[in-house]
Amino acid sequence: MYGGGYIHQDPNQKPKSHLAEGEDPIRLAEFEARIAAGDKIEPRDWMPAEYRRQLIRMIEQHAHSEVIGSLPEGTWITRAPGFRRKMALMAKVQDEIGHAQLLYSAAETLGKPREQMINDLINGKSKYSNVFNYPAKTWADVAVIGFLIDAAAIVNQVANSKGSYGPYCRALERICYEESFHLKQGHDIFVFLATGTEVQKEMVQQALNRWWKPIMHFFGPSDKSSVHTETLMRWKVKMASNDDMRQQFLNMYVPKIREVGITIPDAELKKNPLTNEWEFGDPDWAEFYEVIKGNGPCNSERIAVRKWAEDHGRWVREALLKPSHRYTVPLA
Amino acid sequence: MKLNSLDPRVNRMELPDENPYTDQVLHTMEHWETYEVFHQKKRGTQHVHCGIVHAPNADMALLFAKEQFARRGETSNLWVVKTEHVMAVDYGDADIFETTPEKVYRDASGYKVMDRINEFKKKQNA
Amino acid sequence: MTPDQIQAMRQLLYRLADDQLIIGHRNSEWTGLGPVLEEDIAFSSIAQDKVGHAHALYQLLHQELAEPEPDTIAFMRDEKDFFCCQLVEMPIGEYDFSLIRHWLFDLAEQIRFDAYAESQWMPLAKVARKIKGEIKYHVFHAETWVKTLAEGTEESKARMQSALNEVLPMAMGMFECKENNALLAEAGWITAEAELQNQWEARVKACLQAWGLQWPAQTDASAFLGGRHGYHTEHLQPLLNEMTEVYRLDPSAEW
Repeated sequence: MYGGGYIHQDPNQKPKSHLAEGEDPIRLAEFEARIAAGDKIEPRDWMPAEYRRQLIRMIEQHAHSEVIGSLPEGTWITRAPGFRRKMALMAKVQDEIGHAQLLYSAAETLGKPREQMINDLINGKSKYSNVFNYPAKTWADVAVIGFLIDAAAIVNQVANSKGSYGPYCRALERICYEESFHLKQGHDIFVFLATGTEVQKEMVQQALNRWWKPIMHFFGPSDKSSVHTETLMRWKVKMASNDDMRQQFLNMYVPKIREVGITIPDAELKKNPLTNEWEFGDPDWAEFYEVIKGNGPCNSERIAVRKWAEDHGRWVREALLKPSHRYTVPLA
Repeated sequence: MKLNSLDPRVNRMELPDENPYTDQVLHTMEHWETYEVFHQKKRGTQHVHCGIVHAPNADMALLFAKEQFARRGETSNLWVVKTEHVMAVDYGDADIFETTPEKVYRDASGYKVMDRINEFKKKQNA
Repeated sequence: MTPDQIQAMRQLLYRLADDQLIIGHRNSEWTGLGPVLEEDIAFSSIAQDKVGHAHALYQLLHQELAEPEPDTIAFMRDEKDFFCCQLVEMPIGEYDFSLIRHWLFDLAEQIRFDAYAESQWMPLAKVARKIKGEIKYHVFHAETWVKTLAEGTEESKARMQSALNEVLPMAMGMFECKENNALLAEAGWITAEAELQNQWEARVKACLQAWGLQWPAQTDASAFLGGRHGYHTEHLQPLLNEMTEVYRLDPSAEW
């Protein structure tokens, strides 16, 4: 589900040149012309090493975000109230694993095997969306995640589905289709709670209060001025700036939160009558960087749980290994 | 110390509340081979490629394909084929197809005789 | 139907539905934690199907036999009013345990619902016909896995055998309520429980032989009986507490 608008950049690592040593500037020009013309890049095309590296990093982080993203809502999978909610939540958490599978497959076409990506997740080398390092304390958190985090993810993913890399676009198309179910079921729970009993209202208000900051962090810090972003946007790896996506999200969803009587916990949030856009207070970026460093409330639990799943599934996977198995990069 | 989670499932795992990072890693091929999956929505339509699954054998690949690519909406059939058994044209050789759309003599749109018929009729009537 | 027969049918439906709900709930615990992504997805679908089957059967109780709404039945009954077999209550254990349970349970389901699809009581026959395609697939899933692991490494084969030794006596408890169902069988509404059990044992034995596994030496079910009469293991009450935690915050609320 979760694009995690923010692509983690290691602050110590300078962006690499868009043309690696030995790469042919003529091929680069052809490659860029193809993208500029709106054509897609396919797995076995020539591509700059930096394009490949950035895409693997982005798609892999997206895939990890789906795997880890199944855990906050998974917290409530055994406790959903009533048949309708129980089945919908099971299906939703399942879809997240399905999305991870699709995204890992897209990344694999760039030459990085799935096993390696999962290793990088469980040894902490590769990041996932920060938002999943926060806990889902009550049933209402399921509503807020399903409604608003999925809505934010859709903004990001719809943008990325128009990117240049064919396999990623195809995966995102399918993912966006399924996300629309996620968003609807999240919104449905949100509305039932917000318009329900006093206890339910209070529950969902508290949940939004807890999640608002992480939601504002979701698209990442302002990136408009980055040179690095400029190349990625020309290559259609990154399709919209963090600020633009955040703004689009606010414009679409602030009214939908307010219409059911829920208050957004930002005293500075107001609509600018000139631009018609929602302006907001500083969402505390220092906390955002702390969570990225691994100091969020659930970072260690999320990884520990994933590691448990890998460890407990190992005997199953190993039992079915055959010497005849050969790795072939997936076609598309 | 045990990790104390909000998720009752996680509490049942009895995880240590220590460094969760593992030394044990997945080795190459631990997720087996890949199979390309083809999905047929309705009888009478084509099977269309829709993605891959990792699977240890063809039976499992079919099971997994059903779940990953046919768990919602309509499906009438699925095929799987090992990725390594698919031969593909190199995108670098795409120029072999370049002139094909120009071969209008193969195309219905290349045959427009109405002008000639009309002219003929006009002459007849004259 | 005579009042006795109605009561017997009510009991049968509760037993069937509670089995589905509890095993579906248990198996859903694996969602997001399975051994490989593709299987994670597959096992979750099966769990969802089971919860769906439970709903269909509770709906039958509600519509045909004047029991309360499915949500009320599932989320508000006391532990002693659940009539699932003890097999389905057990914690998920390791994947070998969950797989063997899934196989033995679904194989019995397949035989049972294939038979019930021919029931003279149309409401039951209708539900059975609707769900038997899903169960057929569940059995296909289970058998593919158990067979593949039984033919895998020494370790996986040993794990299959030892899970089988552990689970089989529990699974025998599925067929506990022979007297009750006899009343319905005599009326021609269902196949007798003993007949279902015979078919199930024959099929299990044939599979084990084909896959190189042994029928366990110890198959005595006596330690696992009582579920059908409301006597449960220590695992059911905590499961129900967990499952109903949110619903019971305010059962009159719409969630």
